[in-house]
Amino acid sequence: MAAIEQDTAVRTSLVTRIFIYGILLIFLAFYLMPLFVMVANSLKPLAEITGGNMMALPRQWTLDPWRSAWSTAQIGVEPTGLRPYFINSILMVVPAVVISTILGALNGYVLTKWTFRGDKIIFGLLLFSCFIPFQIVLIPMATVLGQLGLAGSIPGLVLVHVVYGIGFSTLYFRNYYAAFPTELVRAAMIDGAGFFRIFWRIMLPVSGPIIVVTVIWQFTNIWNDFLFGASFGGRNQPMTVALNNLVQSSTGVKEYNVHFAGAILAALPTLIVYIVAGRYFVRGLMAGSVKG
Amino acid sequence: MSTPASPVDFRTRLQDWIPKLVLSPSLAAMLVFVYGFIAFTVYLSFSNSRMLPSYDLIGLENYVRLWNLSAWWTAVGNLAIFATLYISICTIIGLTLAILLDQKIRGEGVLRPIYLYPMALSFIVTGTAWKWIMDPGIGLENTMHLWGWTSFQFNWIKDRNMAIYCVVIAAVWQTSGFVMAMFLAGLRGIDNEILKAAQIDGASNWNLYRRIVIPLLRPAFLSAFVILAHLAVKSYDLIIALTGGGPGRATELPATFMYSYTFTRNSMGIGAASAVIMLMTIAAIMTPYLYAELKEKK
Repeated sequence: MAAIEQDTAVRTSLVTRIFIYGILLIFLAFYLMPLFVMVANSLKPLAEITGGNMMALPRQWTLDPWRSAWSTAQIGVEPTGLRPYFINSILMVVPAVVISTILGALNGYVLTKWTFRGDKIIFGLLLFSCFIPFQIVLIPMATVLGQLGLAGSIPGLVLVHVVYGIGFSTLYFRNYYAAFPTELVRAAMIDGAGFFRIFWRIMLPVSGPIIVVTVIWQFTNIWNDFLFGASFGGRNQPMTVALNNLVQSSTGVKEYNVHFAGAILAALPTLIVYIVAGRYFVRGLMAGSVKG
Repeated sequence: MSTPASPVDFRTRLQDWIPKLVLSPSLAAMLVFVYGFIAFTVYLSFSNSRMLPSYDLIGLENYVRLWNLSAWWTAVGNLAIFATLYISICTIIGLTLAILLDQKIRGEGVLRPIYLYPMALSFIVTGTAWKWIMDPGIGLENTMHLWGWTSFQFNWIKDRNMAIYCVVIAAVWQTSGFVMAMFLAGLRGIDNEILKAAQIDGASNWNLYRRIVIPLLRPAFLSAFVILAHLAVKSYDLIIALTGGGPGRATELPATFMYSYTFTRNSMGIGAASAVIMLMTIAAIMTPYLYAELKEKK
């Protein structure tokens, strides 16, 4: 992304520049403040939150809220902590990401290099499906999952996320492969290479960046999903639903420090991905909107 | 024309079919799970379904009842307030930050990812964090009192008339960095020669942006609007985590209305009708945009 660094023609005076940096720093504080509040208060004993200042660092540092959030906090009716739900999320996310990415790659390949009559319409339909409000499919999905015997199960959630993830993964691969010279594919066909050989030998080796973009996008979206998890998770709820149950629980004292620790635990996987591979995440976001 | 019996020809014919075979599972999944399900929900919206789907058609009755429900009008009114403020504030903040970051800022590489990281979080995490930050008992209000500003009041989240603005604050926090990135990409795509020429003609910075740069950003404005508008209509998780639709019904949106009427109030027909209206709203926003984008590509 270094290529986008570019000189602007606009010249600014010293006063203006101080003003600019001032505004940029105020927004920096705005974006960082909730993260600071979450981390600082997850390391305090409860009394320091209820009787103290939320913006202050802990006076007495403790890891107990983290231990509680992970393994003993009351989620719904059972004092299991968030750990089993974290595992549910992983069991759900990994297959859903792998399957939807593979299907997206193959679809993108077909829709750009093996075009046929009507492929534009199919792509248009897939594209629109990325943006539908999922409320429109909740009722039939509940019925169908029940009939398939997948209601309240991890495989059911995987199915849901694959089905509604194909649109975006296809969009990414299609736009990426569209820029790849079709002449190379034609030449390989003339040499007698078949559909899968061309995909394996020619397309896949150049697909590194778009695979990373797609995997990160799908991972973030599926990990962060709440609506499907809450509707179809049953006893196998994902992390976001468990976090919400923890925070909204109306029984007992509100353990704010445990809530904050739980929120960070729920955010950690996607946050780590963002820190490690942020520029691919941004590319995915942009490709999903401006489609450049 | 060759005879279908020859082995070479069989191979080429197979090659013709493989791409379609590969595409078919996804195509089938899409036709059933997206468009089939949409058709099913539309059908239910004309039926007398209550706790479970029912196939007895009752015409437009669900729609009539829906538009006579004060709860639905509350949800639609809240969405109008929320969407208007959310879209305009995100656009203003995003554009401002992008323009400021585009002034050869030292440390841009540090600032930009920090502005954008909330986008990687779940709305449930965002909602949890802001729920307690805006809580008057332990959050901002309490902090300001401790810092000596004892008259400071910030109890919007408990106030029926103000709670919807709390949702706006949290939602803007989550997505404004993303809008910044969209505008920044637009700004970086503008040819510098145009700006230099205008400057030689004596245009001030203000006029340069107002007359030349901002009009050139039209595509970015359009993308930002479409993305934000469709996110606003779909907002559900944030409401659940931040306010649960309350206090009272003060922050109910169509998405939360649909869920509670369908699954907890046993009025599936009305829930389906509200989902259809949400879909039509999004289709009205997205279809022209996607159509134009696809046309351009050809």
